[in-house]
Order: sequence, then C-alpha cells, then structure tokens
Amino acid sequence: MRHAKGKPPRVGDRPAIRRTLIAVVLVTGAFFVLAPLVVIAVQAFSLGVGYFGATIAHPDTRHAIFLTAATALIAVPINTIFGIAAAWAVTKYEFWGRRFLIVIIEIPFSISPVVAGVAYLFVYGLQGLFGPMLQSAEVRVLFALPGIVLASMFVTAPFVARELIPLMQAQGRDLEEAATSLGASGWRTFFSVTLPNIKWALLYGVVLCNARVMGEFGAVSVVSGNIRGQTNTLPLHIELLYHDYNAVGAFAAASILALLAVVTIVAKVLLERQGAGRRSRPALAAPIVEAKP
Amino acid sequence: MKRLLLAGVAAALLFSAPAHAQQPTSLLNASYDIARELFAAVNEAFIPAYKEQTGQDVTIDQSHAGTSRQARAIVEGLEADVVTFNQVTDIDFLVQNGFVSEDWQDEFPNKSSPFYSLPSFLVREGNPKGIEDWDDLVREDVQVIFPNPKTSGNARYTYLAAYAYALEAFDGDETKAQEFVKKIFDNVPVFDTGGRAATTTFVERQIGDVLITFEAETKAIGKEFGEDQYDLVTPSVSLLAEFPVAIVDRVAERRGSGELAKAYLDFLYTEEGQRIAAEHGHRVDNETVAPEFAEGFPEVRLVTVEDVFGGWDKAQEEHFASGAILDQLYGQR
Repeated sequence: MRHAKGKPPRVGDRPAIRRTLIAVVLVTGAFFVLAPLVVIAVQAFSLGVGYFGATIAHPDTRHAIFLTAATALIAVPINTIFGIAAAWAVTKYEFWGRRFLIVIIEIPFSISPVVAGVAYLFVYGLQGLFGPMLQSAEVRVLFALPGIVLASMFVTAPFVARELIPLMQAQGRDLEEAATSLGASGWRTFFSVTLPNIKWALLYGVVLCNARVMGEFGAVSVVSGNIRGQTNTLPLHIELLYHDYNAVGAFAAASILALLAVVTIVAKVLLERQGAGRRSRPALAAPIVEAKP
Repeated sequence: MKRLLLAGVAAALLFSAPAHAQQPTSLLNASYDIARELFAAVNEAFIPAYKEQTGQDVTIDQSHAGTSRQARAIVEGLEADVVTFNQVTDIDFLVQNGFVSEDWQDEFPNKSSPFYSLPSFLVREGNPKGIEDWDDLVREDVQVIFPNPKTSGNARYTYLAAYAYALEAFDGDETKAQEFVKKIFDNVPVFDTGGRAATTTFVERQIGDVLITFEAETKAIGKEFGEDQYDLVTPSVSLLAEFPVAIVDRVAERRGSGELAKAYLDFLYTEEGQRIAAEHGHRVDNETVAPEFAEGFPEVRLVTVEDVFGGWDKAQEEHFASGAILDQLYGQR
C-alpha cells in the first residue's frame, strides 16, 4: 500500500471517490452533451431522408449554408493574420502597454456576443457614429455581409492569438534572435523558424475560430436584419425554421452545424496528436525554458 | 489561402453592392415573425401580377422578426421599403423617427390594415371543459394558456379583450373588471414570454385547457398539429387586432421604390391578395372574398382599442406602463 509507505494520500486516490467522480462526469456528459446531439440526429431524419434532403435543398437553407461559409472564409483568415500579428507583438517585443494589449485581445471572450452586436449598431447604425456617413457613401455595413463578418470577427478575435501567445511566450525569442544574427530577413525568420514551431497550435486556433464563426448566433442576430436568402446565416435560419413550426427542418439544418462540430472535434483530436493544444504545451516548451541559466 | 481570401472579398463585394439603382427591381418587406408563409404566398402571386401590369420583373425580399425589433432595425438602417406589422405602436415608432409619414393610416383603406384578426380560443378535441366564452375562463377547473402580457404583444390583445368583455359584463365597473381579469391570471399555470412559446406549452407539453391567441394562429396550429386534436372556439366578443401596413417613406424615397412599394401594398387589398390572407386564417373585408370564407369565421362582435381604451397610447399608459393596472393585477398573483 502506498499509504503505508508514508506518502500522504493524494486527492481522489480513494476508489470510492474515483468511481463516483467518473460516474458523475459520465452521466452529466451523456445527459447534457450527448443526449441533445442524438435528439438532433434522430429528429432531423424523423420525417425521412427525403424531407431532410428537401430542407437542405431549399434555396433559403442553401443560401444560409453559403452565407455561413462565406462569412467563415472572410473572417477566419483575417482573424488568423490578426492572431499571429498580435501574438508576435505581445511575445517577441517589449513595449509599454503590452499587458493592456493582452487584456484587449481577450475582451471578446468575456463579453456577451449580444453586447458586441448592439455595440456595432451604435457604431455603424443610422443613429450611430458612422451610419449617416456610410449611407451617403452607399456603403452598407449593417444588415449585410460586412456587418455579419465584423460581428463574427469581434467574437472570434481572441481564438488564434490565445492559442499562440502561451506557446510563443514559452518558446522565447532565442531562435528568432539566432536566425536574425545569422542574417535571415524578418520574413525568412518567420517562415523558416517561427511558423514551423507554432504551426500545430496555429491550426488548432484556426479550427476553433472557424467553428465559432460558423456557429455564432447572438452578435450576428443583432446586425443581420434577418432577410431570408440574403442575410440569414445558418444558426439564424435554424431559429427561424423552428419558429415557423418547422421543427424537423430546424433539426435538419441544425444537424449540418452539428456535423461541422464533429468535423471540428476530429480535426482537433488529430491536431492534438501532432502536439497542438494546451495538453502538450509544457513538454514542448520545457527544453527551451530549461536551457536558460 | 490567397484564393480563399480573394473568393471572400469577391463575395463581400457581391453582397454589399448597393441595391440602389435608377429603378429598383427589388423590394424589402419587413414583417412580423410568424408571417412567413402568408407573405411567401402573397409574393408568389404579386410578382406575376405586377409583371402583367408593368412588364417589369421584380423580386420581393422578406425579413421576419418581432415587429418592435424590426422597427428598431429600420431606424438603424435596415432598408425595408414597406412594413407589414401586427402592432400599430411599432409603426408609430417609425413615425416618431421620421421614417413613415404621420398620415400613414389614411394612405390605404381600413386605416391601412388590409386584414384583421382577434384573440380567440383553441381547446382540446371535443371541448371537454365546455369553454365557450370569456366567463368560462374564470372557472376554477379551467387552466388557461397565454403568454406574459408584459413581454408579448399577442398577450396584450388577450388581456385587453378580456378586460373589454368584463367591462361590458359589469356595466363599466372597473373594479369588477379588474377582479375578473385577475381571476383569469390566477388560472394561468405558466406565463411564457411569447406567442410561439405558449403554443409549445399548450401543444407539446399538453398543459392547459384553452390556449388564447390570434384566430389566425389558432387556425395555423390546427393545421400544423392535427385538426382532429383541437377545436376552435370563437368568443361572443373580442378585440379587433389590426395588421397595419405602411410605406417606409425615407427608404422608398432614397431608393426610388415608392411606386413599387405602393403597388405591393395595394395588392394586399385586391381580390387575389385578400383571398390569400383569408386562406391563411385572417379575416378580410373584401365583398367578394369575405362571403367565400364566411363558414370558417364565426360571427363575433369586435370592439376596438380606440373605442374601449381610448387608443394605444392611453392603453399603454393606463394598463401597461410600469406600476399600471397590469402590474397591479399581475403582481397580486
């Protein structure tokens, strides 16, 4: 017995606690996560594959899928570039306000998306700061794609940066400094030294960011205007179908989003095997940290 | 990645390209949240009719949400050429903000309300509790379902209709009328926030003996969830619920879509438009169409908010403002 050897008992060592804990987590997980997903799948096909197909093939649904994909195609690359730039700035440079910048990057995590949407109304709305100016220039931001993209970007701004910052912080500046001292240009240093070191974490961030952009409801709902076939994203379309007493259609559309979630999870697991994600970070960072005197 | 970016930018340009043109061939109709099927049918009929008249192909876009939210969005820049609402007060909001002209109610017949409805009853099959009129709702063995009048426009009609019935029944005695309404409140097991949520409570959770909502809704529910499971009951007296329409002048002038907008709203008053509205459970005034559907719409005496409560502004102030009659009755529950 380990206890007999004089080691203090660790938390959760007792079999009873262990089993109870595992059981509690399993049951809650099955109940709150798995069950609803199963319901979605079952309900989506409850009127047959034909009805499912018809819902997905409806022009409004197809457009919603297209719009959601288009939003992701714009928002995710921009946020990726922003995330890399932000992580680079925060971890590779020392400057006044650095901590403040980290806080700013993380703000969207702690703000309700609806607040973000309303804030955009106040900035770009006709009653807001730039609304009248934009209207006279014939530029439509709100109730059109740009507004949807902006709102999605706000909500997902931290995803990439947050994955990269701890990793790049742990890795330090040594390798970049070495590359520079050997005469590599800034771009060369980035593509040959930094990028290979962060690529899995970067992809991991991109996957999470993408999932969130496609699933965003609150902020987009405020700025979308709900025009069918024009500004209705997939999550909004699901709500709309549901309110039209078309529960099966709503579940069919929801199953598309759920499918995306499954793809995301698979991608996430694969990436974690490659060493991305929080789990493996200390191991990656360890040699470099320890190498310092 | 670069290609994706390019595709994204192209898509962005495509979407944000201003709809503004010399003669717009598109129209955006901002409507209430449960009117999708109605206006899908209207648009399908309007487009060929308009083409026949003018030779022009047009597209009608639809936006559906709660009308208070729609009014807000229009004020913030949603470019809706016309509104087809279910609340007069939300068009008043647009008037206050200068988007709709003050005399909008004179622009189209029937105070710019092409069709109308009323709070009506939906009971379980065979009407086991024998619910026929408002006074059955205060019986102790009856459970009533309607949403919270604090949050739902639909329920405000129900509240005012019950109040108006009680005022008549007790010869205008306000105290007795309030007691009557309070007794109905006591019979409501759950107050949902909106009409659709109340429907779910009644239909899917099987709670309550009677659901009170717009007649058009009771018909839709019957169709959707099985006409053999529910019976429609029309009370002896109810409140006129208007479905006001208006041209959003500020948008229409900017886009030059005034003529199309007028043609669209006029269409709602044509025989064809009226028939579509009636098919979707609304009462209409058209002399040819109304008799065709008379069977589905039992006789009912309708009172108006103007006649009984002195208009929406006054009703708002006396009944729905915080601390007003509704709060007092609701708080006593």
